[in-house]
Amino acid sequence: MTEIAATAAPAAVVGRSLWGNAWARLKRNRAAMFSLYYLALIAAVSVFGPWFVPHDYTTIYGDYVRTPPSLSAYPKPDMIQTALTDAIKRMRVDIKEWHQDGGRVVVTVTSTKPIDDRNVRYLDRSDAFHDTRIENKSPDGLEATMSSAIKQQYFFFGTDNTGRDQLSRTLVAGRISLAIGLLAGVVAGVIGVVYGATAGFAGGRVDEVMMRIVDVLYSLPFIFFVIMLVVFFGRNFVLMFLAVGAVLWLDMARIVRGQALSIRRQEYVQAAEAMGVGQRGILLRHVIPNLLGPVVIYMTLLVPQVIILESFLSFLGLGVQEPMTSWGVLISVGAKNIGYANWLLLFPAFFLVSTLFALNFVGDGLRDALDPKDR
Amino acid sequence: MLRYVFRRLLTAIPTLFVIVTLAFFLIRVAPGGPFNQERGLNPQIKANLEAQFGLNDPLWLQYVHYLGNLLHGNFGPSYNLPDFTVTELFAKGLPISIQIGSSALLLALVLGSILGTIAALNQNRIGDYSVIALATAGSTIPTFVTAPIIQLVFGLSWKLLPIGGWGDGAFINKVGPVLTLALPQIAIVARLMRGSMIESLRSHHIRTARALGLSDWSVVVKHGLRGAVLPIVSYTGPAAAALLTGSIIVETIFSIPGVGRYFVDAALNRDYTLVMGTVVVIALFTIVFNLIVDVLYAVVDPRVRYD
Repeated sequence: MTEIAATAAPAAVVGRSLWGNAWARLKRNRAAMFSLYYLALIAAVSVFGPWFVPHDYTTIYGDYVRTPPSLSAYPKPDMIQTALTDAIKRMRVDIKEWHQDGGRVVVTVTSTKPIDDRNVRYLDRSDAFHDTRIENKSPDGLEATMSSAIKQQYFFFGTDNTGRDQLSRTLVAGRISLAIGLLAGVVAGVIGVVYGATAGFAGGRVDEVMMRIVDVLYSLPFIFFVIMLVVFFGRNFVLMFLAVGAVLWLDMARIVRGQALSIRRQEYVQAAEAMGVGQRGILLRHVIPNLLGPVVIYMTLLVPQVIILESFLSFLGLGVQEPMTSWGVLISVGAKNIGYANWLLLFPAFFLVSTLFALNFVGDGLRDALDPKDR
Repeated sequence: MLRYVFRRLLTAIPTLFVIVTLAFFLIRVAPGGPFNQERGLNPQIKANLEAQFGLNDPLWLQYVHYLGNLLHGNFGPSYNLPDFTVTELFAKGLPISIQIGSSALLLALVLGSILGTIAALNQNRIGDYSVIALATAGSTIPTFVTAPIIQLVFGLSWKLLPIGGWGDGAFINKVGPVLTLALPQIAIVARLMRGSMIESLRSHHIRTARALGLSDWSVVVKHGLRGAVLPIVSYTGPAAAALLTGSIIVETIFSIPGVGRYFVDAALNRDYTLVMGTVVVIALFTIVFNLIVDVLYAVVDPRVRYD
C-alpha cells in the first residue's frame, strides 16, 4: 500500500486542459498564428483607421475625381494651374499673371467691372486651395492680387468616381464587412447549435422531423432564400444580415446534431450515466465541452462564408447601400471601372482576399489543434 | 438498374412538388407585384393586366392553374418581358449557360484530377505543396474578384481576350467566363483527388499491383484512379447542376446572355412565372444529375448495387 501511495504522490502535476493543449498546438502552427495576427491587424486598422485618415469616407473632392493612388501630396504641380484657372473662371475675371511662392500661389486678376472681395471664396471652394486673401487691389478696383495656400492632401489609395478617398472607404468597408461577418456568423452559429443540439438530444421522432425540415430547406436554391429575405427586409442591412445569418445555420445544425448523437453514445458517457451522473451533469461535463471544438472550427468557416455572401449581395446591389460601403460594394464599383481606374478594384480586392485567406488558415489551424484524434 | 432509375424518378416527383409549392407561396407573400412600377401604371391598365394574367383570382386557384399548366409543360408568359414565354427565355439562354458551365466542369474535372494526382504522388514535397497552395487560392478567392482581374490582366493589359460579350459563341469569348467558373472547381476537385488518391494508393490491390511489377503508369492510372474517382463522381452531381444553370456573377461581369441573371432579376421584379421556371429548372437539373451520379457510382464501383 505504501508503494502505491508513493507513486501516486507526484501525480499532482497539473494536466493541460483541452483548451490549453489546443492553444499550445495552435501556437506552433506558424501559418495560423501569422493569420491570427494579420486578422487582428486588419480588424484594428478597419475599426480605428478611419479616425486617423484625414478624409471622411463620404467627403467628395470634386477636383480629385478618380485620381490614381500616390504617396506624394495632391495637388501635383501640373494640377495647380488647372485648378487655379477653373476657380478664376468661376469668378468671371481674367488671369493676368500667376506664380507659385513656396506653399502659396499668388495670382493677379483683371476685370472690366470692379472686383468684389467676396470673390476669394471661389478659390477657397476649390479642393486645391485654402486660406485665400486679397494682397492688394488697384485703386479703380479693376485689378486685384490674391494669394492662396495650397492644400496638401494625400490619397494613398486614390479616389473613386465621385472623388471620395478610397483609403478611408476601404477601411470603413472593412468595418462593415467584418461586423456583418461576425454578426451573421454568430446568429447562424447560435441557431444551428440550438437546433442541432435539440434534435440530437431529443432523438427519435422529433429528430426525424427536424432533420427532414433541414433537408427540405437544403433542396431549395440557396440564392432564392437570400433574395426572398432581401425582398422582405428591404434595405435595412442589419435586419437583412440577421436574416442571412438565419439562413446559414443548416450546416451547423447538421454538424452539431451528428456530434450530439455520437457523444451521447460514447462509452464514457454511458459510464457516467451508470455512476449516477444526472442529465445536467452529463450535458455540462461531457457533451458541451466536446461539442465546442467542432462548433468553434465551423464558426471560423462560417464567418468567411458570410463575408463572401455579403460581398456577393452587395455586388448585385442588394446588400449594403450607398453611401455606406463594404468590400463587396467597392469591388463591384471597381469591377465596373477596371478600364480606367484599376485601383478601385485592386485595393478592396486585396483586403477582402487576404482576410479570407487568413480566416481560412486560422480555421485550418484550429481544426488541427482541436482534433483529439490527431495527436 | 432500370428499376432503380425508375424508382428514383418516381420519388423525385414529391420532392419537386414540395419545392414548387414552397417557392410559389414564398414569392407570393413577398410585398409588391409584377406590375408595381416606380412610375405607377394607370390603375385601369394595371387592373386589366392583372385580370388578363389571372392575378386577381384567389391564390389557391392560381396555384392550381399553375400546377396544371406546369404538368402540360407550360411555364406561362414572363410578366416583365411580355414578348416572351418563360419556355422561350430558357430556350434562348439555357444553351449558352450550359455551354459555359459544361466547359468549366470538364476543365475542372480534367485539370483538377491531374493536379490532385500529381499532389498525391509527391506527398509532402514541393509538387504537393504548390498544388495545395493553388487549391487554397482557388477556393478562397471569390469569383467576383477573379472575373474582373481576369478582364484586367488578359483583356486590358495583355489584350488577349475580349473583355466581355458573347460574340455569338466565339471560342475567344468563352475563355474568360469558363476560366473564372472553373478555377474554384479545379481547386475543389484537386483537393478531393489528392485525398482520395493518397487513400487509394495505400490499399491492398495497389500493393499487389506493384508487387506484380506493373508500371507506375498502369498502377496509378488503371488501378489507383478507379478507386480514387468516387468522391469526385459524387461531387460532380451538385456541381454540374449549379454550373449548367448559369452563374449570375460570371454572366453579369462578362455580359453573357445566359440564364444566370434570370433568378435575381425575376425575383426583384416579382416576375412570378420566371422565378418559378428558374426554381423548377434548377431543381430538375439537381435531381437528374444526382441520379446520373448514383448510376455512375454503380458503374465505377461494382460493389455498389441498387436492388
